[in-house]
Amino acid sequence: MSWLVFGFLAWIGGWWLNHVLSHRPRTRFTGLAVPVIFGLTVVVIWESLVRGLEISPVLLPPPTQIAATFAAKTHILWEDFVQTVLKGALTGYVLGCGAAFLMAIAVDRFPFLKRGLLPVGNFVAALPIIGMAPILVMWFGFDWQSKAAVVVVMVFFPMLVNTVEGLADTDAMQRDLMRTYAAGYWKTLLKLRLPAAMPFIFNGLKIASTLALIGAIVAEFFGSPIKGMGFRISTSVGQLALDLVWAEIVVAAIVGSAFYGGIALLEKALTFWHPSQRGRA
Amino acid sequence: MRNLVPVLTVVAVIFAIWYAAAIVLNAPWAHNKAERAGTELTFSELVADTWSQNKPKLPAPHQVGAELWKTTGEMVANGRGFSKRSLIYHSWITFSATGLGFVLGTALGIALAIGIVYNRTMDMSVMPWVIASQTIPILAIAPMIIVVLNAVGISGLLPKAMISMYLSFFPVVVGMVKGLRSPGPMQLDQMRTWNATPAQTFWKLRLPSSMPYLFTSLKIGMAASLVGAIVGELPTGAVAGLGARLLAGSYYGQTIQIWSALIMAATLAAVLVGLIGMIQRMVLKRMGMA
Repeated sequence: MSWLVFGFLAWIGGWWLNHVLSHRPRTRFTGLAVPVIFGLTVVVIWESLVRGLEISPVLLPPPTQIAATFAAKTHILWEDFVQTVLKGALTGYVLGCGAAFLMAIAVDRFPFLKRGLLPVGNFVAALPIIGMAPILVMWFGFDWQSKAAVVVVMVFFPMLVNTVEGLADTDAMQRDLMRTYAAGYWKTLLKLRLPAAMPFIFNGLKIASTLALIGAIVAEFFGSPIKGMGFRISTSVGQLALDLVWAEIVVAAIVGSAFYGGIALLEKALTFWHPSQRGRA
Repeated sequence: MRNLVPVLTVVAVIFAIWYAAAIVLNAPWAHNKAERAGTELTFSELVADTWSQNKPKLPAPHQVGAELWKTTGEMVANGRGFSKRSLIYHSWITFSATGLGFVLGTALGIALAIGIVYNRTMDMSVMPWVIASQTIPILAIAPMIIVVLNAVGISGLLPKAMISMYLSFFPVVVGMVKGLRSPGPMQLDQMRTWNATPAQTFWKLRLPSSMPYLFTSLKIGMAASLVGAIVGELPTGAVAGLGARLLAGSYYGQTIQIWSALIMAATLAAVLVGLIGMIQRMVLKRMGMA
């Protein structure tokens, strides 16, 4: 009972603190503190609900137990991280985005391809591509190569569509200026159109970063060697070792956010000139 | 319409590559069979064999088409359109989870968006987490959600729908926040000069002007919730649904079955997204926005 009261008080306290902070002038500190307080409040409420209502840890382990498992099983988590993220997701991500980028330049060069491939690409981007996973696992075997292949297929079309859109983002005036400089196709591409396409390319890279992780993990449900995050999640669920599952999820969350954040930082450094970036200090 | 020729060309090229790849990928097995039978394959025999194997590495399009017809049209013709062997039955299972999850996700997304737009505290505390929630591979916890909800006695449609909901609420939140904030200061001032209450401002200005954003997000949300429903079917032990067909196919090496389930899923996605597009055109036309 006392746990429930504690959780309720934590909720009221956290909400009150956020209410006060958010009605003060916006600074970098409040912009960071408010979401952090919200997150901490959720974790505290979770812990006190699980303890107060005596929910079985088999169903929903409390955060402290997850943290303990995380600390105790770092070697397993690291092994899975290397297998799924570094070998599967990252390889596929680089290959898929690279291929889509080159394809986008070719599509942009030939209007016929653009008119033919873009509608098809848009269509494919809406399809449940994850369904290709069992087929690709069958073709490329159980190890990380098949996971990388799934990631390639998943990231290809979002990246292609975004890059093509970006390459079309220059206006006639800018292209005319390049022509008055006697710049050829390649010069215009390198000096004007690729830089102008950067915001779109980064948008594609961001979308692809979350897809890559999902693809690599879900592909492991269809068969994998005895390591990897997807493998660990599906087997641990079978053993009802939910604390280990949650630890894997924490790893996935950290990796996903870091991946996304890294790309966002790179974007900030490379597209500092774009209006969407200039406003933020 | 002027895109018709290029699109058809690209589709034709895809089919050509598909048939060629089927020859290449299935050739080893064809050669293997021929060797054991002690015969030599001519090229035309090889092609005929690779396009008609029972468990090919890559089934040829006409094989997938035949399987699709066998499990949909032919079963309907026999009056068994809803039997457990028919893809229509499995599509229906997947669709019901998708639809429920989509409706729940849209409702949750719109509610969150209204909260975020009208409450500063929610804007600052919830919005970053909504964005962060999508950098987490949610699909990865799909099996866990299913198992946990099963353990507390919730099974069947709802667990799958929950996963769909989780995937589809995000685009709706982001789109609706943008949409509800799209009226400019000028329009908001106009509402104030009319002495409009906040509720009137919401119903007569903010909500109507968010419609184009809403429909764009609904299309993304629908595609996402279909993916959620399919992945949600994987750990339920391959009982029913398109995801279960995929898993069963991959267990037993039934590639033709996998491909037909995949094509069915693609068709379902196209139909659902197309349906929302149609409603979008109708609504926006009535509102004078398209």
